[in-house]
Amino acid sequence: MSKNAALSYLPRKSVVHRMTGTTKLAFFLLWSTAAMLTYDTRLLAAMTVGGLVLFGVSRIKLQEVKGALLFMLALVMLNLIAIFLFSPDQGTAIYGTRHVILPLFWRYNVTQETLFYLLNFFLKYSAVIPVALLFILATDPSEFAASLAGIGVSYKVGYAVALALRYIPDVQRDFHNISQAQQARGVDLSAKDKTMTRLKNSAAILLPLVLSSLSRIETISNAMELRGFGKHKKRTWYVKRPFQARDWAAMALAAAVLAVSLGITLTTGSRYFNPFVS
Amino acid sequence: MPQPIIEFKNFGFQYDAQAEPTLHNIDLAIYPGEKVLIAGPSGSGKSTIASCINGLIPFSYPGKCTGSLTVAGLDAPHSSLFELSKYVGTVLQDPDGQFIGLTVAEDIAFALENDQVEQGKMKQIVQQVARLVDIDGQLGSAPHALSGGQKQRVSLAGVMVDDVDILLFDEPLANLDPATGKQTIELIEAIQQRSGAAVVIIEHRLEDVLWRSVDRIVLVGEGRILADTTPDQLLASGLLTENGIREPLYLTALKYAGVEITPEKRPAHIDTIQLEEADKEKMREWFRQTPPAPPAPQQEVLLEVEDLTFGYEEGQTNLEHVSFQVHKGEMLSIVGRNGAGKSTLSKLICGFETPNSGRIRLNGRDLSGDTIKERAAHIGYVMQNPNQMISKPMIWDEVELGLLQTEMTAEERKARVEETLKICGLYPFRKWPVSALSFGQKKRVTIASVLVMDPEIIILDEPTAGQDFRHYTDIMEFLRSLNKRGVTVMMITHDMHLMQEYTGRALVFSQKRLLHDGTAVEALTTPELVKEASLKETSLFTLAQKCGVEPPQAFVQRFIDYDRQVRDDE
Repeated sequence: MSKNAALSYLPRKSVVHRMTGTTKLAFFLLWSTAAMLTYDTRLLAAMTVGGLVLFGVSRIKLQEVKGALLFMLALVMLNLIAIFLFSPDQGTAIYGTRHVILPLFWRYNVTQETLFYLLNFFLKYSAVIPVALLFILATDPSEFAASLAGIGVSYKVGYAVALALRYIPDVQRDFHNISQAQQARGVDLSAKDKTMTRLKNSAAILLPLVLSSLSRIETISNAMELRGFGKHKKRTWYVKRPFQARDWAAMALAAAVLAVSLGITLTTGSRYFNPFVS
Repeated sequence: MPQPIIEFKNFGFQYDAQAEPTLHNIDLAIYPGEKVLIAGPSGSGKSTIASCINGLIPFSYPGKCTGSLTVAGLDAPHSSLFELSKYVGTVLQDPDGQFIGLTVAEDIAFALENDQVEQGKMKQIVQQVARLVDIDGQLGSAPHALSGGQKQRVSLAGVMVDDVDILLFDEPLANLDPATGKQTIELIEAIQQRSGAAVVIIEHRLEDVLWRSVDRIVLVGEGRILADTTPDQLLASGLLTENGIREPLYLTALKYAGVEITPEKRPAHIDTIQLEEADKEKMREWFRQTPPAPPAPQQEVLLEVEDLTFGYEEGQTNLEHVSFQVHKGEMLSIVGRNGAGKSTLSKLICGFETPNSGRIRLNGRDLSGDTIKERAAHIGYVMQNPNQMISKPMIWDEVELGLLQTEMTAEERKARVEETLKICGLYPFRKWPVSALSFGQKKRVTIASVLVMDPEIIILDEPTAGQDFRHYTDIMEFLRSLNKRGVTVMMITHDMHLMQEYTGRALVFSQKRLLHDGTAVEALTTPELVKEASLKETSLFTLAQKCGVEPPQAFVQRFIDYDRQVRDDE
């Protein structure tokens, strides 16, 4: 497993890191909307390249997130295979023509159109993933709640999300300790036992885990209320940074990409770029 | 006379969830700049008093108030938590659970953020407060990565940004090692002098709080105020022991020697106490008259740890070259500051982790290849928090759980569970749900659920953490009775009283190494050890020096043996 399989913040000195969390979140949302709306190969390819360039700018190496990337790649591949299995003629349905490359069996024939469709599908992911990763990897977790608040989400919701993320390692540690203590009482959770017993025994961890998590929540919510959390509709943020020219530039770029995506769809009247009719 | 900053007048409170009121007829006035200790056993209502002052009652814990309570001029039961938080800063116990920010600076700034303080001003206040509590060098660190003492500073700073008039500490000493506890008390005093705020400390560990002077002690019992007086008066009165609060050990020693304690002798602190020559002579006489206890006969070796080295991650170590032996029937404590390797050691013995090098033998047999489950037949492990161990809603099922994994028949299991419940004093509760039990009783259930496996050795992590004197005594006497039945007991603890009173031997860990393997008295009276391992020198030692008893170490040992005898006779 790669070191950063859990995808946590990687501090670097880069222009991406210096942007505010809000910018990165907004950029990600605009960018993925743009990618979601279109199947235009040229635009998606350009966005993929753009995303990779941004990744380079952030000075985070792909190597550092290898585990997560491979995992996502595997998921995308599964997705593509599933599409082919369920509707092998999707390409023809969209592009109107049918060029068989490799006849297989029954209704399964590999056509240029379907391959092209799947390529576009893949490009959609490859355009979004680098930018999504950047938001997660290059946003200081301290800024996370602030950036959600920045795009208009209630700060209480933002805090709830941020705290939940924060407590994942603590709950993992509790789980680990509880499971060890249960094993020390002779409750076997190792691979030696039958699956059913193991499942049943795992349930033995749940009750104490839930109880200890509940008491954690009570403590933290008392601590927060005692320090005035929720007093006003708005709050200020210690870590929030002011918007600068680069933030506006990044947002403008994302907005432009979205405009292009929309523009192509509206002017051509189709979400698809069709190389088969010329 | 100035106006009191906190004033209870004929105040009473009843939680909605309870049938009886928790507080009755409380009359109490605390003045600006005062330092007041509210002491009382668990369930006495002292924490409820604290929650009334800071507004958690009735905001988070609804209930019915009678009489009146004024805090900083506000009608507290009818004000909001937020209004009160401007005047009352609360430091809860267990700093780990209350950190909100990811860095020290953010955590300190939390209250300011909620108050919509503008960022520039916020940074300035954070700087200022951080300097006040001497944590300004760590503003960028994660609070969880700090030492125990530094964590206390951060939580204190977090409530001081509001320039509060009242600082409220809810059991600030729980879960701290003795030296850190001492520093916390010093810090509270320093902060009070700098800020001029009134300080209210809720604690049952009287001797530790009195390390620095307090103006008054309010003794609470069964929801009523039993005493509200100066420490000297209270300590001379004998009210403490009657109400389940442990008096400082040096006072117990003086009483054994027949020295009369009067307020004029200023008994509040071992350094201030005024002893006449006649009193000192009484102490020396007592020492001469009290025979030393015969040493316990040593039995064969049960557990043998040899040159153990271990690290959680490659390239680092958490335990280095540890070797010791435990004899059958021993009761010993494992002490040292947090992170010194105590818990790591117990994990290695139970087989949760595998050592990098070295051996662990039980009855001469190497345990290397044994799984956790296999070791569990011989070694029992009890976690600090019973809520993290109990996995069944019913007591019987919980105790039986471990046996279900064995080949035993239902009858055999029944007999074993019944016997264990009887030993643990839980037999009358056998059909009860676990949720109906008190914390101390739950602790017993967890011990029972381990004991049912009939282990030769039990390892307990902080068996008495957060317990008042009565529960502490309950648990420890119970463990001692188990020990007398032949179970070897090892305890990881921060409690110097426990170590001194119940375990003859102490393993002291510091910086990943076993620093000392000898008597508990040596560990508590050797200044280098005390310093290195963040322990606290026992006040008995100071008393012996004060009275010219030679050698003072022998005095401490004799006191412990004698005290044991007195308590066994009771």
